[in-house]
This record gives sequence, structure tokens and C-alpha cells, in this order.
Amino acid sequence: MKFEGRVWKFGDNVDTDVIIPARFLNVSDKDELAKNCFADASPGFSEKVHPGDIIVAGDNFGSGSSREHAPLAIKFAGIGVVIAKSFARIFYRNAFNIGLPILEAPEADDLFEQDDPIRVDISSGKIMGAKDGEVLFAKPIPDFMRNIINAGGLVAYTKKARETK
Amino acid sequence: MNAMTITEKILASHAGVESVSPGEMVQVKVDLALANDITAPLSINVFNELGTDTVFDCDKVALVQDHFVPNKDIPSAEQAMIMKKFALEHQVTHYYDLGEAGIEHVILPEKGLVVPGDVVIGADSHTCTYGALGAFSAGVGSTDLGVILATGSVWLKVPKTIKLVYDGSLGPWVGGKDLILFTLGLIGNQVYKTLEFSGPLMSNLPMSDRLTMANMAVEAGAKSGIFEPDEITRGYLQNRTDREGVYLSSDLDAEYDRIVAINVDDMEPQIACPSTPDNVYPVSQVEKVALDQVFIGSCTNGRLEDLQIAADLLKGKSVCRGVRLIVIPGSPAVYKEAIKRGIVETLLDSGAVIGPPTCGPCLGGHMGVLAKGEKAVSTTNRNFVGRMGHAESEVYLASPAVAAASAVFGRIAGPSEL
Repeated sequence: MKFEGRVWKFGDNVDTDVIIPARFLNVSDKDELAKNCFADASPGFSEKVHPGDIIVAGDNFGSGSSREHAPLAIKFAGIGVVIAKSFARIFYRNAFNIGLPILEAPEADDLFEQDDPIRVDISSGKIMGAKDGEVLFAKPIPDFMRNIINAGGLVAYTKKARETK
Repeated sequence: MNAMTITEKILASHAGVESVSPGEMVQVKVDLALANDITAPLSINVFNELGTDTVFDCDKVALVQDHFVPNKDIPSAEQAMIMKKFALEHQVTHYYDLGEAGIEHVILPEKGLVVPGDVVIGADSHTCTYGALGAFSAGVGSTDLGVILATGSVWLKVPKTIKLVYDGSLGPWVGGKDLILFTLGLIGNQVYKTLEFSGPLMSNLPMSDRLTMANMAVEAGAKSGIFEPDEITRGYLQNRTDREGVYLSSDLDAEYDRIVAINVDDMEPQIACPSTPDNVYPVSQVEKVALDQVFIGSCTNGRLEDLQIAADLLKGKSVCRGVRLIVIPGSPAVYKEAIKRGIVETLLDSGAVIGPPTCGPCLGGHMGVLAKGEKAVSTTNRNFVGRMGHAESEVYLASPAVAAASAVFGRIAGPSEL
């Protein structure tokens, strides 16, 4: 899985109330979730994103609530992959479960600026910028999570596991 | 068998193995699976997609209408309806709708649905509350929960444990909320770990304070928080359940990621200033910010003891003109007992408004949303940007005692000022 797009920079502690404020949690419709992604922090975010664009953030991305609406809203807004220094625990699980690729790469936040064009290879974890020497590797995805991705998400993984029982 | 913490022992027993170590991935059986009106509809989609006929055990699922109820608008009503239909169709024993329902993390302990040694997984981040009862409990997303509804088990990474050792004695009006806020300020972000609350002070801490502390473990980024179950736990569960529970303690030579000693002798009431729960200061060091609203309630501080503290401080006093004091009992039982004890009357006399049991304004849903520029003191658990309303509103997190004092003065105030 490869992505090529522009960088959207966010800082540390991007919490789930920032990603999608709770007042929008009364619907789980795809278009509504996309429209309300970063509703207060970056109004009109989903209209500005090109499919496959990449979020680059600092520490503790996705902290706070367990709302799966948060990774879903980011995915439906058109973001291909989220790269952060670190992720909050529940967001990390949710992203894999719903099929939003995420990578932990501590150096990316310092290396890339807003609107930089970058390329990301999910399977190898390789992240490349446009300038010479702008190459880094994300932390490897744990084997168990990789199996979920390869199966196509937790639902498909569970279905498969139950069939082989 | 290697030495283990309480958390590791619970996970090992539920994974059917002799021992586990931090970092290991284990598949564990779930004793109670929980979802609410916001998270259940997505879980139900996943459950249906899996093509399972029925939930794994209709006695081990709890579905609680609490976030946007009484239904605040048509889309919320439709979400609540999806959960209701599912619960009735699958004969979910612990389905709670208005009248029986309160805030999930207030009513589940109240009804004795969690005992020591249980594994409780919920599609709500504050599911970590049940660590107060010596259970392993953690929040997950809707997809994980949907799979649990079908299979009754979940994959977890065994967390490293941070041992927090509290000693000293608590000053007046200092309690569980101050202890956990102070701890958050001290340890910062501890993603993937579990917090073990221990030490002489914890052995005597009432259950209500334990529930408040475990509730906010997630605010440190932790997977869970846990107390060693003891006589206080046994006393709390008496007359609530027939289930025995497994009373475990950590081995003396168990391995900890870190051990942090906390002496509370000079601790003042604490406040978390905007916009993270770990931005914590003693109340005397916080600017006396003028307030528009004070909220007392939520899964953190919506229990009878919390309302009693507020009433004790507000008796014979009036809420400052220009400030709204909103009090929401966490459950119908809390509400009823608060009426019986005269708490509701005292609060009403002081100028408070009482809402029906619901999460309400905690997450900016309804019943107390803030306007642009408004400031609030709240007994809830998160003060993120826009959490309680407009992105330019601000929330200060504190105990019911600080909230009550602040309501009287119309600005941030400590209970000793009253």
C-alpha cells in the first residue's frame, strides 16, 4: 500500500474532540463524518484535502475518547495515512480495525512542513520527502496488527479465524 | 511461574495460561462487554457484518442509554432506537433505558455487575473505572466491541504496570479527584501502561474515591488502572451481587515499569486548567477566573458522595448571580437517595438546576453546552478545546468541593474560602 500526497501538519495531543467534536456523534454517515472532521480546528478540512494526503503530527495523536468516529472521519475526509510521533492507545487499535493506515515515526514531525509533498510505503514503513536525504523509516508494525491489515481489517480477520476453526 | 502484578494475573487467568509478561499479545475471555448509545450502533453494524446469530452471552453484555438521552435530537433518537431494538432482539439482560439507566460507569458498579478479577471491555474510554473494584477493565472502539459481542473474547497487549504508592493523610475537602488530578500532573502521558493505585492511603480510601481515580487513568493515556480488592471492596459489593469475585494481589517481587511515591500530607484541592487534564495546579495557585457555569456530575463525580459534598458546602449559601450551577445525579438510585437525604432540596435552595441522569454536558452533548468565551468549572474528566461546547470556551476540572465553592463565589475558589 503506497500513498503520495501533501502533508497536513498537526501538533502534539490532537485529541478526539478536536478530530470530531462530540456534537457530531449523533450520526455515523460517511459524508457527515467527512464534513465534520476537524470542524472547529480546521473548518472545511475535507474540502481542502486531496485523496491520499498525509497527516503528520506529534505525540499522543488521538487521545481522549474511544469514539471510532475519529479515525473514520479522517479516513472519509480523504487522508491516506497518519504519521505521528506516538498514538493514543484506543485510537491506535481503532485505526487498524477500520483500515486507516497509521505509522509511528518520531522524526517525521521535525522533518516535514505543511504542504510538503511526501511518499509513504506502508509495508516497508519508508517515508520519503522531495528533497535529497529526506528518507526515514517508521517503527515496524507489530506482527499481530500486520495480520489484521493483511486480512483487510478486524472484521475480515475475525471471519477468517472463525471459518478455520 | 514468574511473579506477576494483579493485572497480569487477571489477564493470564482469562487467557487460560499460567503466566503472562508485559508486551505479550493474549486473547482473553470477556466477563462483561459494554456499549452506549453513541458507540453501540457502529458495533451493531460490525456484529451484523460478522453474520452471527446471537450475542456471545446475553447475561454478559451491558447496553446503556446515557450519552445523548433523553434523546436530544432526531439523529440521537435514531441511534438510541438502533441499540434498543438490538438489545430486545438479543434479550440482553443488562439493557438499561431511561428510568433504569444512568451513566454507564455509575450504574454498573451500583448494580453489582463487576466483581474483583473480572475482565470488562467497553466501547467507552472511561471503562477503566472498574479497576476500582479490582477488575481489569479497558476501553476499546466500536469495531473491537462488535467482535466481542459475537465472540466473547478480545486480543490485548499485556501492559507494563506503573505502581503509584500513596501515603500521608488527606486534608479537609481533599479526595479522590484531587489525588488523580495531582497524579496526572505528576506522571504525564503513560500510553499503553496500567496504573496500580497502592500504598497505605489507598487501603483506606472509600469506593467512591477509588472509582473517581480509576475513571481518569485513561487521561494519563493508560490502558487501565487498578486497586487491590480488599475489605472495602467486599463491603461495597455486599447486597449488590451473589458473585464471589477473585481477590488478587500483586506478588511482592512483581516487575514494575516504575514505582512512584506520592505523599499527600500538604496536598491542596487541585485544578486542571485548560486544555489538558494533566495541566494541574493547587487551587490557591490558579488565577481567580470569573465563571459562567459550574457542572457537578459525570462518571467521574456523579455519585451520591459527590452530591453530598456539594450540598454540605452549599447549605445556606446561594449560587453567585450570573453563574449557572448544573447538577446531574449519575443514576436514578443516586437521584432518589439524594432526594431522601435532603441533598436535592439543599442544592435547589442554593440555586442549582438538577438534570436527569445522563452524561449531559461533560462531552458537550446537551444540557449545559458553553457559548463562545464562556468559562466553566466542572467535575468531569476532560477539558480539551471545545469539549463542553464552543471551541473558544474553557473548562477547569476539579472536585465537587471546589465546584461548589466556585459556584458561590462566581469565580475559581477553594472550599476553605467558604
